[in-house]
Amino acid sequence: MKYRLLLVLSTFLIFGCETNDGDDTNDGFDRTAMLTNWADNLIIPAYNHYYDELTKLDEAKDAFVTDQSEVNLQTLRTSWKEAYKAWQWVGMYQIGQSESIYLLGFTNTFPADAAQIENLIASGEYNFELPTRMSQQGFPALDYLINGLGADDAAILAVYQGDSGASYVQYLSDVVDRLLNLTSQVVDNWNQGYRETFIANSGSSKSSAVDKLVNDYISYFEGHIRKAKIGDPAGVFTGVKDPNTVEGFYQSDIAKSLFLESLKASKAFFNGEYFDQTGSGESLFSYLKYLNTIKETEALEELINEQFDLAEQKSSALSDNFSEQVVLDNTLMLETYQELQRNVVFMKVDMLSAMSIAVDYMDNDGD
Amino acid sequence: MVTDRLRRYGTEHTEAAPLAVFRVLFGLMMLASIIRFGAMGWIDQLYVQPQFFFPYFGFEWVRPLSGWTYMIFLLCGLSSLSVALGYKYRLSIILFFLSFTYIELMDKTTYLNHYYFISLVSFLMIFLPVHATFSLDAWLDPKKAFQFIPRWTIDAVKLMLGIVYFYAGLAKLNSDWLFHAMPLKIWLPYHYDFPLLGELFQQSWFLYVFSWAGAIYDLMIPFLMINRRTRVLGFMMIVGFHMITGALFPIGMFPYIMIASSLIFFDSSLHIKIINSFLSFFKLDPKVFFNDKYQLHEQSLFNQSKLKLILLFFALQLLIPFRYLLYPGELFWTEEGYPFSWRVMLMEKSGKATFKVVDGQSNKWLYVDNTVFLTSFQEKQMATQPDFILTYAHFLKEHYEGEGWAEVEVYVDSFVALNGRISKRYIDPSVDLTKEKESFGHKTWILPFEDEIKGL
Repeated sequence: MKYRLLLVLSTFLIFGCETNDGDDTNDGFDRTAMLTNWADNLIIPAYNHYYDELTKLDEAKDAFVTDQSEVNLQTLRTSWKEAYKAWQWVGMYQIGQSESIYLLGFTNTFPADAAQIENLIASGEYNFELPTRMSQQGFPALDYLINGLGADDAAILAVYQGDSGASYVQYLSDVVDRLLNLTSQVVDNWNQGYRETFIANSGSSKSSAVDKLVNDYISYFEGHIRKAKIGDPAGVFTGVKDPNTVEGFYQSDIAKSLFLESLKASKAFFNGEYFDQTGSGESLFSYLKYLNTIKETEALEELINEQFDLAEQKSSALSDNFSEQVVLDNTLMLETYQELQRNVVFMKVDMLSAMSIAVDYMDNDGD
Repeated sequence: MVTDRLRRYGTEHTEAAPLAVFRVLFGLMMLASIIRFGAMGWIDQLYVQPQFFFPYFGFEWVRPLSGWTYMIFLLCGLSSLSVALGYKYRLSIILFFLSFTYIELMDKTTYLNHYYFISLVSFLMIFLPVHATFSLDAWLDPKKAFQFIPRWTIDAVKLMLGIVYFYAGLAKLNSDWLFHAMPLKIWLPYHYDFPLLGELFQQSWFLYVFSWAGAIYDLMIPFLMINRRTRVLGFMMIVGFHMITGALFPIGMFPYIMIASSLIFFDSSLHIKIINSFLSFFKLDPKVFFNDKYQLHEQSLFNQSKLKLILLFFALQLLIPFRYLLYPGELFWTEEGYPFSWRVMLMEKSGKATFKVVDGQSNKWLYVDNTVFLTSFQEKQMATQPDFILTYAHFLKEHYEGEGWAEVEVYVDSFVALNGRISKRYIDPSVDLTKEKESFGHKTWILPFEDEIKGL
């Protein structure tokens, strides 16, 4: 009798799982729909926009190469600003081609190494593909070349018109060409099949597109927004504030707008908002919302959005000029850092945990 | 009465074959584990590259030996092969136990219940006549060959396995596991593309079934396996359970080790068949091993103390998992008394710990970039365990003193999320951790959990 009971119990254990009486059905979250939304409504449009802005930058550069006039310098500067802003919307998508060519590192490693840039210009020989050349190209290098060579436009133009002016023009031109070239590879890749690969990789593993991109997204938020844009100038990791490390250092009034742009881009990605048009689709927000219906826990997705807003509010009081802000009142920078840090915790600890996505740790056994 | 029965039990004999087959499988599994570990590049990643290691309290002297660490693994691999062959068995198993345990003690970042299990089993095996038959030792020196060995020696291994399952089952009798289906509600929906079951993993009711089934399974397995009539069923469940969990979670060799180990519960006829088919394949004479000889119970002082040691060993095994009762606070939150207790896959816990180092003289301060000192794996483990946090804080103090900082204070800004709860502050941020000492006592600077996980 006892054994029969055990047998019945264990049969229930083994086969009980397969009886599905239909109620309480949950269709599951559509990861493919999320990936499709990301690709079609966020990533590809943002890259296209960025590429358009780079094309304008390239045209402005061509004009400047032909004629180093003050007007051409100013147009070049304007298009540099616009392209730099557009970059803030794609920086976090380090997946596929952009990952394999290190787009992020070659595009926006700051601060620029001005001394080394001068060396390269003087020698006239440089290979931008070397990893050691990251801080001598991209937007920070352009910043130096169009804002940092002199105290005002006249002084800057004097460099381009001086004895070694041609080398400076050449270097400037090469930096812009490199940006355009790298980005065109990424855009082409998305248009020539990577979109489909990306969407099809909807499985659940460390190498799946969702796991990968979410990791990229959070590490970008943590390392490039929280740390590089705010933490490093505020001296959070060294104990010594460093006004020279702000993004767009030579264009003194741009750091805040670049930061806010990247913050907006992060929030938009989280909510799956279409790039440059109204509407939104499946996203981390809706994914969390779905998971909460299984777990009946607190609305993490709301907390994360509130924290994005808090960070934005806190930073609204910052000066446009972060270098100045750091020197005059670092407290506000540190407070902004703290608000960003709180969202790192919400995303990296709570969200990854809720989604059961492993951080890019080495693979290892667990139990 | 009871003592009489115990005494009689102590003199009973049984076929040595099950223990011999267990030894061979155990040795081969360990050899495979070590080879796999090396092939994955983990020796380098876990024990050679990191610049800092988290030692166990009291075992601070156990450290990786840079390049020589490979030799420890080599020793461990060779001794496990030697155990499988039953060659110079006693020496081999001692070397295996020591080298394996040394490896485990080098860095508690890699702590796994099943590594602890292997250390315990190999310790136990030192005292068992595991080489009495089907071993090179017995083959080379027939005087050492015994067909029959004391029955308790096989039962000891069964008891060890039974404790692991049963305690793992007891640990699941908590409110998060049973009434919230946590953490399976987090882990399983992720595997939405799992063959056959993927769809069900999205459904709340199924996650509860899975949780309850898991708990009942763990509690029942020892009894199903002891009983002859339910043994085949129990074994089928073991195979099914471990294959599914092995496919779902990154648990390496563990499923295979458990499946192979559970063969020891079967009647000796099965093991004799296995041995005989091996012998006849190589045309070897079975009479060397099946020699009708009994290994006698010697009443020597050594034997007496050996028995006492094994009794003490099992008493400790029964008690250690309950040591958490001596600590206040929520076990899952403080983890005081959590490890070495067969609490397997009970928590989805993750955290982030940011350390603030202050120069007490100049008031200069900074936040530490953990990636400078720790591997990402170490950082992950550190962030959710107070003893790791303390060890690391003391390391930081020394490091910054070396950089010329004075009167160094270390504070931690830490958040931990446990089983689907929103992250909350973990360690009191106003406590200077350099003033705190590691001990077996309760760590008062862990902030309260402010929730309750009821149960064992």
